[in-house]
Amino acid sequence: MALLEVEGLKAYYGQTQALHGVSFALEPGGITTLLGANGAGKTTTLRSLCGMVRTEGSVRFDGRPISGRATEAIVRLGVGHVPEGRGTFTNLTVDENLRVAAYTRRDKAAAQRDLDMVFEYFPILKARISQQAGTLSGGEQQMLAISRALMLGPRLMLLDEPSFGLAPLIVQEIFRIMRRINAEAKVSMLLVEQNAALALELADHAYVLETGRVVMSGKASVVKSDEAIRKSYLGY
Amino acid sequence: MEQLIQQIASGIANGAIYACLALALVMIFVSTDHINFAQGEMAMFSAFLCWQLLDWGLNFWIALPIVVVVSFLIGLSIERVILRPLHGAPVLSVVVVFIGLLAIFHSLAGAIWTHTIKAFPSPFPQVAFAGSGYIGPHQLGMIAVTVGLLGALFAFFRFTPLGLAMRAAAQNPASARLAGVSVDWMLALGWGLAAAIGAVAGTMVAPAVYLEPNMMASILLYGFAGALVGGISSPGGAVAGGFIVGVLENLVAYFGNLLEKITGFYLIGNGEKLTVALIIVITVLTLKPSGLFGHVTVKRV
Ligand SMILES: Nc1ncnc2c1ncn2[C@@H]1O[C@H](COP(=O)(O)OP(=O)(O)OP(=O)(O)O)[C@@H](O)[C@H]1O
Ligand SMILES: [Mg+2]
Repeated sequence: MALLEVEGLKAYYGQTQALHGVSFALEPGGITTLLGANGAGKTTTLRSLCGMVRTEGSVRFDGRPISGRATEAIVRLGVGHVPEGRGTFTNLTVDENLRVAAYTRRDKAAAQRDLDMVFEYFPILKARISQQAGTLSGGEQQMLAISRALMLGPRLMLLDEPSFGLAPLIVQEIFRIMRRINAEAKVSMLLVEQNAALALELADHAYVLETGRVVMSGKASVVKSDEAIRKSYLGY
Repeated sequence: MEQLIQQIASGIANGAIYACLALALVMIFVSTDHINFAQGEMAMFSAFLCWQLLDWGLNFWIALPIVVVVSFLIGLSIERVILRPLHGAPVLSVVVVFIGLLAIFHSLAGAIWTHTIKAFPSPFPQVAFAGSGYIGPHQLGMIAVTVGLLGALFAFFRFTPLGLAMRAAAQNPASARLAGVSVDWMLALGWGLAAAIGAVAGTMVAPAVYLEPNMMASILLYGFAGALVGGISSPGGAVAGGFIVGVLENLVAYFGNLLEKITGFYLIGNGEKLTVALIIVITVLTLKPSGLFGHVTVKRV
């Protein structure tokens, strides 16, 4: 059974419609990437999955319908959302940023294990633990955003352009760790990226969005090597 | 000299009350950007509730927790029932609701308990103690209770997971939701806490100012002044601002009287305290718009 099943998803900002019936499915354990140009609706898709915008259509997580539920309720089912712009609590410390995400978890021992795991993946965060999060570098804030999502103990992670505005070396480092998280912590991922080449390296499946519609989908390896697809949909 | 110390001590006592109201205002402000004009009337109403329980023969220290809990629930319900449907409404509609609340609590108190002034007995023993030449037992008790309350609140926000969730919700609601925090409930909880703090302030100040429906009007103004001086976006700053305003108003009167005694020339005295307090607020805000302790958020872009 698919971990996430999206069917006929429409999304609205006030009167404007941003998604026009998006459908896709995610297999458990994999990394899927959602590609598309500026304004294609990638961020809107992730927001829709978490109930952050008004939607129509069906979203099922682990077989359970989640559309129409409150964001915090969806999140607690095990959907970690690493938002566009990183969503750092700038006035809280790194430690507090991480602990707030574990606030609703019943199993405190598991939360502590996840904290240890986070520090193993991102040792720099441990070094910065009592620093105000707003003073972290962009790359550190991105690591913190991923770590916050991990502290929820998620089964699915939604990542919105984690490479945005970061130096190539840092991006490589973060993507390497994302791969480890996927393999070791068994967290499935839906990765939104503008940098298609980078995302296709990591993902095993790809969807391409254009003005709120899925216009292409396929195995990442196929998309990557098919010049015609790349030229017409991804522009490189 | 003795008189000066007396004035400072009683300024601290008043300041403690202003600090409580300032904190109550800030708690709602940080998460909604609204100033609850009804905060003072809510505190007044709580003081009347307490008076009623005392009148029925309850001991003050039993009545106080009951009143605090009831006030908490009233504040929480106001948010859930009245303000919830107004999320995203224009500021003016919210202001109208606050003014409506103010009028409701005011007339409700008048209707239930009449507008005649009532004495509110001090819950503290009227005994002599070291330093009683400088400060009365009620003032000292008032400082102890309010400072204790502020300390407990500080510990709550700083050290408990729920306090952390409330701070996160106030600072970045979208991210807080993504961390699984029920932001709507945190808002309601903030309202409940603000009402509870107001209840303590109201019952503590009632013996000093006597009980009547207008009792909190000027006190709320001082509390507001304190919040602005300290920084309306900073709870710690608002508390400090409350104490500053309390001490300052007494010093103004003290030095005004001193000036008159020495030179025979009357410049300022007790009557001008509020005016001077407001002038101070305006001066501070002109020089430092975020307040003395209001932090400019550190942010990297
Ligand atoms: N808050 C909003 N209010 C109104 N319209 C919005 C809002 N956010 C996005 N939109 C519109 O919805 C459409 C999809 O936007 P979205 O942010 O999902 O694109 P995106 O694929 O994430 O783009 P980018 O790569 O630039 O982040 C765009 O036409 C955009 O203008
Ligand atoms: Mg986007």
